[in-house]
Amino acid sequence: MKKDLPFGEISEINNQKQNIKSMNYDERLQHVSVLGAAGKMGSGILLLTAVEMADLSLKPENKGKTFVLNAIDLSDEGLFGLIDYLRIQVLKIAEKKIVWLRQMYADNAALIENSDIIGQYIIDTLRIVRPTTAMEVAYRSQLIFEAVSENKDLKVKILSQIDQNNPNKPWFFTNTSSVPIHIIENEAKLDGRVLGFHFYNPPAVQRLVELIVTEKTLAETSQFAVDYAKALKKVVVKSNDFAGFIGNGHFMRDALYGINKALELSAGRPFAEAVYIVNKITQDYLVRPMGIFQLIDYVGADVVQFIMKVMNPFLHDENLHSPLLDRMLEMGVKGGQHSSGAQKDGFLKYEKGAPVAVFDPETKSYIAIDSFKPNAEEWLGTMPAGFQPWRVAIKVADKESHFSAWFSGLKSLNSPAAKMAVEYGLNSDAIGRKLVADGVAFNENDVNTVMLTGFFHAYGPVNSFFA
Amino acid sequence: MRRKIYLVAGANTISMGTGRKEFNPKKERPGLENYIHEAGQAVLKQVPNPSAIDETVIGNFMAAVFNKQGHLGGFAATIDPDLEFKPSLSVEGACASGGLAIISGIRSVMAETADVVLALGVEVQNTVKAIYGADFLAYAGWFQNRKKSHAYFFPGQFSDRAGAYYEKYGFDNARKGMGRWFRNAIENARLDPTAQEHHNTATDLEGLYHKMTPNGKNFVDHLNFFDCSKVSDGASGILIASEEGLKKLGVPCKDAVEIVGFAQLTRNITSDPPNPLDLTTIRKTAAKALENAGISIEQLGTIETHDCFSIAGILAVEALGLAAPGEGAAYVAAGKTARDGAMPMNTTGGLIGWGHPTGATGVHQAVTIWQQLTGNAGAAQIKLSPAKPYGLSINMGGDDVTVVAIVYKMCDE
Repeated sequence: MKKDLPFGEISEINNQKQNIKSMNYDERLQHVSVLGAAGKMGSGILLLTAVEMADLSLKPENKGKTFVLNAIDLSDEGLFGLIDYLRIQVLKIAEKKIVWLRQMYADNAALIENSDIIGQYIIDTLRIVRPTTAMEVAYRSQLIFEAVSENKDLKVKILSQIDQNNPNKPWFFTNTSSVPIHIIENEAKLDGRVLGFHFYNPPAVQRLVELIVTEKTLAETSQFAVDYAKALKKVVVKSNDFAGFIGNGHFMRDALYGINKALELSAGRPFAEAVYIVNKITQDYLVRPMGIFQLIDYVGADVVQFIMKVMNPFLHDENLHSPLLDRMLEMGVKGGQHSSGAQKDGFLKYEKGAPVAVFDPETKSYIAIDSFKPNAEEWLGTMPAGFQPWRVAIKVADKESHFSAWFSGLKSLNSPAAKMAVEYGLNSDAIGRKLVADGVAFNENDVNTVMLTGFFHAYGPVNSFFA
Repeated sequence: MRRKIYLVAGANTISMGTGRKEFNPKKERPGLENYIHEAGQAVLKQVPNPSAIDETVIGNFMAAVFNKQGHLGGFAATIDPDLEFKPSLSVEGACASGGLAIISGIRSVMAETADVVLALGVEVQNTVKAIYGADFLAYAGWFQNRKKSHAYFFPGQFSDRAGAYYEKYGFDNARKGMGRWFRNAIENARLDPTAQEHHNTATDLEGLYHKMTPNGKNFVDHLNFFDCSKVSDGASGILIASEEGLKKLGVPCKDAVEIVGFAQLTRNITSDPPNPLDLTTIRKTAAKALENAGISIEQLGTIETHDCFSIAGILAVEALGLAAPGEGAAYVAAGKTARDGAMPMNTTGGLIGWGHPTGATGVHQAVTIWQQLTGNAGAAQIKLSPAKPYGLSINMGGDDVTVVAIVYKMCDE
């Protein structure tokens, strides 16, 4: 394999090899690559890593050491955008930690005002980053973050190519949200040097990271991952190495349940109305940040379909597949976000971020919500007393009492809407418990932490509100 | 005073910034020129004959950086065309710029170069984030010391004073007084519709205050956010007139207050404060102003003091001699500076409650005293005893560097 090595001499390689075992946290982060760095997840991972590396470079003991972060992506255009994104985000981050930065730059007499120091920190962070379309630069890294498309074969191909050409025995952190890590490990022959480090979208904002290790993952690799997550102020939830892990393990099943509920309901009423009703029940009655169809659109119907497809072969007692999703995608209804962050149309059509119409597969057109809202509202009935939307409920101090009262109220009602909400809540609870029973999650608390921090739910899915 | 000097027709814009419901940092907001115009017009509208104004003085600290605008004297004519081709200038003494605008007017009237002077103060600071505003406000200190100072320059300076106070007189004792100072500020601001904290509805203000422990990691070591005045946009204006001037304006004496004394002292900006526990310049300036007015502190019915930070309020209480050194916190904690206390202070909220558009503050203080002594304070009106017909304002620039103290008296008629 060494014949392909583009850099360095053998003696240097041996030196590096000898250093592998004694490499500490800071050293591990001296040469890092992010694959798929211009993508939605990759750019966030790159930002957080660049800032962490810049902070390390400012420590007195690291003066004079080089820190290199390769931003590798196939898209030149994406890499241009990445630098703009980094500059804006690093500015915001620097402004928030100016007190610390003034101490770090205390020795530099030329940097006097906050604006001088912030400007220098942006430069110091950006100069660590090397944007490139050439993957070969990763052959020198000690740590590689992988955030390419959710395609197992592609991931295996890239990771094994890098590993075969990299003399450092690098560690690989994959951001996959659904592919079992041991499969990547075995097929790419990484032998204990890979783990799942699954950020939530967008990585710069979302606090949750799912950490997935295999049976072979080195203890020091996994310890480093925990330390790194901690430095990034992330909440780490360890998940077992099972397709979909905890987050998608819950979300995919919950989404499929919602899609099927809408289909059931559409037997007796127009499809668009059924989607509207299920979306409203999941958002308002279940007090979630958004309804299930809006969440599918947010993630992207194509991504949801893809993750279900990745997970399904590993599931023996259920079929995680929606023919309706297939049909929607055939008609080009995908959702996802524009590069500006604005929501693309999917099951729902959006204006200024708010749903205004629902897609009807029969007529292949969006039907305005206003045109059928009265009928849907008649089915739903008046909103039960004591309703607080998610944005209010999330701030309630005693959530246990608040949700206990709200869901007890729903259970006592006889309306079809309240019944559907309770059934939905019970199903969500069952999904959570199954994740523990199947050994995906180590405990119910981890399931709840993932949904609370990764999906911003106001209460965990495993609870006693609906029973 | 070699000539009788009066203040009349005070006016404030809203002190705009976080806390006001209508404030949205993401939307375009009025500029410096709008504030000058609004405050100036509000003054002129109160007098029958505004053409009697001979001169304009505008107090401003840092428009040159906050708004990229210098040469503010040139804006007088935007208030009223009548003010064009009359004398107009701007004055600067950091956060005491407003006070300097007023005494510039007083001097002009005393020198008989004018009978009526329009004094304005203005600052529009929400043009940049607070972290960059801190750089600009730091120009009120000696720039050669900036490198070793705190990111948030002034909070850093007064945090050091607070730290020294905690050490000598006890943390809990000090925080109790500072928390009460904060509560008074907000409660008073609620009564003034132009105050930045007018919309504040928080209950248990002292409880709220004590929940937030000072944290040097994110801010400064010895102060929390409630100890600090906020970033504000605003302007205030008032007329300074001789007896003759009042007549020319067409205003009766009962609508005015008399200036019976003032003082302005400055300490060396390149030295550290001689004693962190003593606002030395404030102490000396206030004493001199009272001496010039020929009154004692007991004759004051109300005081406006420069509480850019709660600790500055406590230290001012001591510098004025209302409490002995180390006893200011307890004096405040006992409610003595509250609106119904022995010495009502900052009755429209002061800098922490009403707001601190830096260059406008000295004028705003004069407007508040004028409102109180003429019965024009609306819901914020305090009860004043005829036995105590005087008011005092203390306007400070920098860390106790430039201080303006003015003594006011209800009109005799």
